[in-house]
Amino acid sequence: MSLVARHLEANGIPTVVVGSARDIVEHCAVPRFAFSDFPLGNPCGHPWNADMQTAIARHAVSLLGAATAPRTTLRAPYEWKPDPGWRERYNRVRPEDRERLLAAGVARRERRKQASHAGGNI
Amino acid sequence: MSEREDGLPVPYMERTRHYYRALGYETDYVWAHHDDVPFARLSKPLGESTIALITTAGPPDLSNRDARNRKHVWSGEVADPPARFDTDVAWDREATHTDDRETFLPIDAMKRLVADGTIGALSQRFHGAPTDYSHRKTNEEDAPEILRRLREDKVDAALLTAL
Repeated sequence: MSLVARHLEANGIPTVVVGSARDIVEHCAVPRFAFSDFPLGNPCGHPWNADMQTAIARHAVSLLGAATAPRTTLRAPYEWKPDPGWRERYNRVRPEDRERLLAAGVARRERRKQASHAGGNI
Repeated sequence: MSEREDGLPVPYMERTRHYYRALGYETDYVWAHHDDVPFARLSKPLGESTIALITTAGPPDLSNRDARNRKHVWSGEVADPPARFDTDVAWDREATHTDDRETFLPIDAMKRLVADGTIGALSQRFHGAPTDYSHRKTNEEDAPEILRRLREDKVDAALLTAL
């Protein structure tokens, strides 16, 4: 998504990326980034909270006029729900997961190999 | 960045590298990185500007995928968006869900900003940008196609909301 924003901007269309993967977006480097510190999947607000969703959209579009230079990041002033463990859990590899994950990786590569032979993808 | 439970943003690149190594992949994914950043300014006040929405979600019938399951740019109407979306990309299935479209494609929220005069208009079409492993495909195929469609729609700016 960041690469698309950069392409649009290079061709004269101002953009704002709204997202939650701050390190990835800033590593790519975009002109304007409205950062929501939420789990991946809901950068535009908590589910079923129309007031928050409207506020985040307003916050994001404000960057179109307010940003005076590229790499402008503005963090939405909201926290995720009371769930202190979400940051720690996402894609975390614990020692007890290693055997299961390795087996899953082997199965995944086998599926892809078969799909490739069949002319498709999984 | 260290991984502490102190409210720092999740280090997604580090987590993803560890996760795929645990799956047995030997080569780390290389995320796009640039030192230079293009920057365009709005040509008119925000309250007179037409804004387009760009999403990483797909249509429910997967019609944006070809026979090899490669995703391509697709478009929908903000007046009649699909009831459900294909959200089969990486997101936090343990912490949340994508049952509410407005959490990742804020069509109604943007309409409220039109109604209160914050923005001039919401473009009639929204567009779907595939998330692709290949930077080349994004840069040479998908991004130019999104640009072409936005020019067709005569938009002044774009809001890109990533799942």
